[in-house]
Amino acid sequence: MTDTAHAPADAPRKRSLLETLEVDTRLLGMIGAFIVLCLIFNFVTDGRFLTARNIFNLTIQTVSVAIMATGMVFIIVTRHIDLSVGSLLATCSAFMAMAQTVWLPNALGLELGSAAIAPLAIILGLIVGALIGAFHGWLVGYLTIPAFIVTLGGLLVWRNAAWYLTNGQTIGPLDETYNLFGGTNGTLGPTWSWIFGIAAAIAAVAILFSSRRNKVSHEFPVKPLWAEVSLAAIVVAAILGFIAILNSYEVPTARLERLFEARGEVMPEGFTTGYGLPISVLLLIIVAIVMTVVAQRTRLGRYIFATGGNPDAADLSGINTRLLTVKIFALMGFLCALSAVVASARLTFHSNDIGTLDELRVIAAAVIGGTALSGGIGTIYGAILGALIMQSLQSGMAMVGVDAPFQNIVVGSVLVIAVLIDIIYRKRTGAH
Amino acid sequence: MAEDRGTPLVELNDISISFGGIKAVDHVSVDLYPGEVVGLLGHNGAGKSTLIKCLSGAYQKDSGEIRIRGQKVEINNPRDARAHNIETIYQTLALADNLDAASNLFLGREITTATGLVDDAAMEAETRKIMARLNPNFRKFSSPVSALSGGQRQSVAIARAVYFNAKILIMDEPTAALGPQETQMVAELIQELKRQGLGIFLIDHDVHQVKALCDRAAVMKNGKLVGVVNVDEVSTDDILAMIIAGKKPEHLAA
Ligand SMILES: Nc1ncnc2c1ncn2[C@@H]1O[C@H](COP(=O)(O)OP(=O)(O)OP(=O)(O)O)[C@@H](O)[C@H]1O
Ligand SMILES: [Mg+2]
Repeated sequence: MTDTAHAPADAPRKRSLLETLEVDTRLLGMIGAFIVLCLIFNFVTDGRFLTARNIFNLTIQTVSVAIMATGMVFIIVTRHIDLSVGSLLATCSAFMAMAQTVWLPNALGLELGSAAIAPLAIILGLIVGALIGAFHGWLVGYLTIPAFIVTLGGLLVWRNAAWYLTNGQTIGPLDETYNLFGGTNGTLGPTWSWIFGIAAAIAAVAILFSSRRNKVSHEFPVKPLWAEVSLAAIVVAAILGFIAILNSYEVPTARLERLFEARGEVMPEGFTTGYGLPISVLLLIIVAIVMTVVAQRTRLGRYIFATGGNPDAADLSGINTRLLTVKIFALMGFLCALSAVVASARLTFHSNDIGTLDELRVIAAAVIGGTALSGGIGTIYGAILGALIMQSLQSGMAMVGVDAPFQNIVVGSVLVIAVLIDIIYRKRTGAH
Repeated sequence: MAEDRGTPLVELNDISISFGGIKAVDHVSVDLYPGEVVGLLGHNGAGKSTLIKCLSGAYQKDSGEIRIRGQKVEINNPRDARAHNIETIYQTLALADNLDAASNLFLGREITTATGLVDDAAMEAETRKIMARLNPNFRKFSSPVSALSGGQRQSVAIARAVYFNAKILIMDEPTAALGPQETQMVAELIQELKRQGLGIFLIDHDVHQVKALCDRAAVMKNGKLVGVVNVDEVSTDDILAMIIAGKKPEHLAA
């Protein structure tokens, strides 16, 4: 025991600036790497990488993998793995495509395009995804088959189950309401995007200060007020800046004309409007918030991290770790189905190869985002940022004109190097 | 002498459990009365931890019965044990290294807000209160327990066991990693809990500690019970002889 008995609780040593501000240095490093990456691509492409158009495309391309990566965090945190997410996405996509084009119209006499089709197909698809995931979880948790094996099997089974659902055919075009989740076809438009952005900014500030008040009321240490205010300012600027960029990407005139025509109106002369926030990105934001709350503020999340840190301790604390495994895999399946909606709506059809190799992208996103394969550590925002970095790398290289094979070589190398950096970082900071 | 004390709090009757071919616990019977501390002694691998794990729900006994206040009970998992107000400090401590002290203390029994979300601030405040009694030097409330010393980790495990108003407390070498001051505080804690009427099983290799804290001592060897003695009626040498030779001392073997 060191002799600190008489020192006041929080003053005994000088704290560095970063410590005082309670900044997550790992997150800071990732954001820094991401910014550097963007600037390099922007330089090499003569400014084409950081245009509103490309940023818009980048965000909608990231959504599907990012949604699944949030679920993969829980899987990996509990020391499991899921190699079947790409195939599961394909099965859910095939199921929902068949539901909206064949089964529901035949069974209920609904036409494609009628209001009930999209919600029904999506709800059924989400249920199917969750059930398949739960089945995986049962095999892992109750029959104690390693997750690696269960989901390696699942990788083959569900890819080909999808094939049988559609007889190997491409199914489309899909329902128009359904396609709203795809990105370009469904955006909020400038007004609603601003409303959303301002609401989000207010909510973020409110959360920051209510957590500060909570700490003060328990007499826990808080960071200096100026730091809290600057952090709030940065968050607000980031949210509103993002909305401004998405709003400044203008819908092409030809497309606008078609939209007006479809509504039986004539487009006013000189009319322009921006896309604004895509519904798919809104979906990702909602998923990110819900998953973060689950991870940090619910018992389920607490048990997930406890089990990952020490499965025996979790068991001895009365946590039903088998049922927990079922829940985590069911959640993963649910998120695969949600990603299936986004992925097939973006294409406006279901194709056999949808989601191919997604398992690798999703695992890479989670791992680059700081999820430790040894379990117990990982964050939702990290995984999403990981997905964004992966996607930027891929799109940027495509834009620069790097050959497809070499793109894969780079992505593979980046994954390995990112994990190496993470290992070194954790050793330095003494975190495990 | 046991008859005039009413019903025992815990009766472990004829408990056996084996792993593969090894009989880790072989027809052992021990009981525990309210306000009593029973020491469990024996060489490494004698079966002490295995015996108490049958009571704490970590293992399922192969045969035998467990009675609590005279009622036969089935303890199939740690949740069942907690439901009977049995709390355990495991030899391995059973802490989730990646979580902080408060999250470990409340693991499985989190304090929640009105909206059902975990209330970390309230849990940390409670943790500060209990740690102030157990280990006043403890400061690291926001670090993961992997960043704590062995003794600090042990304090967290002890805090967890005593926080939830246990009626039956199982302590498997609770002071193995503690400094002298902290060991003294745990000794005082045990005496206070005893006065409150708890029954405590204490596993400890320190015979003097057992003599000082326990009312009775049960000695095990190779999975079998050597005997149970009142500590006032034997010397530390007698107890050591039981542990090493596996026989009750002559003057008690009646
Ligand atoms: N899960 C298990 N699987 C197989 N064998 C086990 C298991 N748990 C305990 N054993 C065996 O049971 C016997 C008793 O072990 P136990 O842990 O109860 O000893 P102990 O008396 O607590 O020893 P120590 O003083 O070293 O803590 C040992 O031979 C041990 O190897
Ligand atoms: Mg032991």
